[in-house]
Amino acid sequence: MLLRVKNLSVSIGTLTLLEGVSFDLAKGEIMGLVGESGSGKSLTALALTGLLPLIGGRVTAGSLEFDGTDMVTQPKRKLRALRGRRIAFITQNPMTALDPVQRIGPQVDFVSRTHLGLDRKAARARTIALLTQLRIPQADAICSSYPHQLSGGMKQRIVIAMALAGDPDLIVADEPTTALDVTVQAQIIHLLTRLVRERGLSLVLITHDMGVVAQACDKVAVLYAGRLAEQKPVHALFASPQHPYSAALIDCIPREGMAPGSLTGIPGNVASATAYPSGCRFHPRCPRAGAGCDTKVPVQRGLSDAGTVACHYPLNGAPDV
Amino acid sequence: MLGYFIRRVLVLIPVFLAVSAVIFSIIHLIPGDPIDNLLKIGAGPEQREIMTARYGLDKPLVVQYWIWLSGVLQGDLGTAIVARRPVADLIAQALPHSLALGLCALAFSTFFGIVLGTIAALTRDRWPDQLIMTVVLLGSTVPGFWLGLLLILVFSVWLGMFPVSGARDWSAMVLPVLTVGLGGTALVARVTRVAMVEAGQRDFLMLLHAKGMRPARIQLRHVLRHALIPVVTILSLRIGWILGGAVTVEVVFARPGLGTLLIKSLNQHDYPVVQACLLILAMAVMLGTLAGDLIQAAMDPRVRAAL
Ligand SMILES: Nc1ncnc2c1ncn2[C@@H]1O[C@H](COP(=O)(O)OP(=O)(O)OP(=O)(O)O)[C@@H](O)[C@H]1O
Ligand code: SF4
Ligand SMILES: [Mg+2]
Repeated sequence: MLLRVKNLSVSIGTLTLLEGVSFDLAKGEIMGLVGESGSGKSLTALALTGLLPLIGGRVTAGSLEFDGTDMVTQPKRKLRALRGRRIAFITQNPMTALDPVQRIGPQVDFVSRTHLGLDRKAARARTIALLTQLRIPQADAICSSYPHQLSGGMKQRIVIAMALAGDPDLIVADEPTTALDVTVQAQIIHLLTRLVRERGLSLVLITHDMGVVAQACDKVAVLYAGRLAEQKPVHALFASPQHPYSAALIDCIPREGMAPGSLTGIPGNVASATAYPSGCRFHPRCPRAGAGCDTKVPVQRGLSDAGTVACHYPLNGAPDV
Repeated sequence: MLGYFIRRVLVLIPVFLAVSAVIFSIIHLIPGDPIDNLLKIGAGPEQREIMTARYGLDKPLVVQYWIWLSGVLQGDLGTAIVARRPVADLIAQALPHSLALGLCALAFSTFFGIVLGTIAALTRDRWPDQLIMTVVLLGSTVPGFWLGLLLILVFSVWLGMFPVSGARDWSAMVLPVLTVGLGGTALVARVTRVAMVEAGQRDFLMLLHAKGMRPARIQLRHVLRHALIPVVTILSLRIGWILGGAVTVEVVFARPGLGTLLIKSLNQHDYPVVQACLLILAMAVMLGTLAGDLIQAAMDPRVRAAL
């Protein structure tokens, strides 16, 4: 396994925002990480890239192993050497991801100059080759332009180029397309996953679009309110979701032939981190909630094909209460 | 960029005309005239009339203004009435002293202001920041002339390190530069700190960390680079004021310069000299602002794009 996350908990101050999250990722695998806003997707991404201290967060329990090295106990300097080199990060909003007063070229060149030891000329040649692979026309001219001269989709391609420039093993992409036009979104996801597949890289793709998960991912982890609800191969999740929350997410995907307006959201409000419900945090909104759901925290159980679920009354599975 | 520059310079023309008119009117509104300084004791009214006519002071103010302005536009600042020398000569003697003082003070406050502001921002809310900000607060509330007198008392009178007055060599520059520069240092330090803290919260820094950039490099190459944009604006607004500050301080330290010349000519009602001095100070303010806008455009491609 390239990445092993076990029982990971993350806190900011006294607030525990991520609790007991576990998943594995093999080399060449693409994992979707889904969940509503505030469920802890970005925090997971920051934990994977060792960037939690930037927002004042820290790992309070569990372990995070990347290719055999424990990321939690690594000194800062070692983590920095990994970042951009073996673990790349694509941030949420391409509009604000680039330094507005620096030209595009040097921003991308930095990665291969720092991590691969290329000189100025070689780094630029690599940058231009990458931009061309990302189907950016006139890569040469783009290198000498400034971010404000580019469209959102173009900027996100630049950020992807930066991620690829260090020849990484793992890319963590935090909602790489939410800030973009719908038409551009599909192109970018397609481009990213194609390049990842071609190079045999691993990818953690954070999204709240189940359609993207179905299309692009091998496996999927569903977060709810800072905890892992369910994780399994994509086909298994779509064929038979076991967590009521996963089932609700799948029901929310728009499908062909649906009458407009018939799309049902999940009733109720997203739980707030300062006042998570007791027991199973989904219980106030759960259609299957039964005895014990509001008092006992469900644990991860392996009920079927290579996946785990945390629910007292799973769909297609034996209750544990 | 060139078009913008030309437009900005063209805008300066009406501003220049307005400023010259204001300067001219104010000076002629001050009671008294230069003839008093020229007449011998006991001279009669006929002599006064002759003198007044000789210097054209009997003509209507509008005509006097026109004569002066057309001269200035042709590069002729006129002749000093009391000092009886070409105004240009007096200015040429005084200006280098004021410029040297002003530029040294500007360089001093730019350098130390940015360094102190950066240290304060990097050690935010810890003791170096608190120390620097306390000193800076004191520094920015003390008036320049008072600070000058204090410095003279301590370093010249008590310690004997620097001369009390004059402009013989570099050591005579130290105290005047400190006097003019400390207030500016305080201002630049404050603006730098705020701008650094603000720039330190920008979203794009996350990706720099994600690329594996060293934090020191992020601070100096990216955060400081952004913070300097507002600092340059503040500094350019101060260029003129620093020359003006040099003027007061020259009087305190009895240094030759534009300030000393201005005060002396004011006392003598030597109109052409006073007008030339004020015009130069006003021009310095205008050119400083222009320089600041141009530097800002050079530093920020988004500003350039908006031109
Ligand atoms: N810097 C911070 N300080 C305090 N709380 C934070 C901070 N960043 C995130 N949180 C909290 O942590 C929880 C998880 O946030 P996170 O950003 O990981 O959510 P997310 O799943 O990425 O949501 P979104 O889809 O909106 O990006 C939220 O409740 C959020 O309020
Ligand atoms: S544990 Fe209970 S409340 Fe939670 S998802 Fe399962 S059934 Fe619903
Ligand atoms: Mg997020």
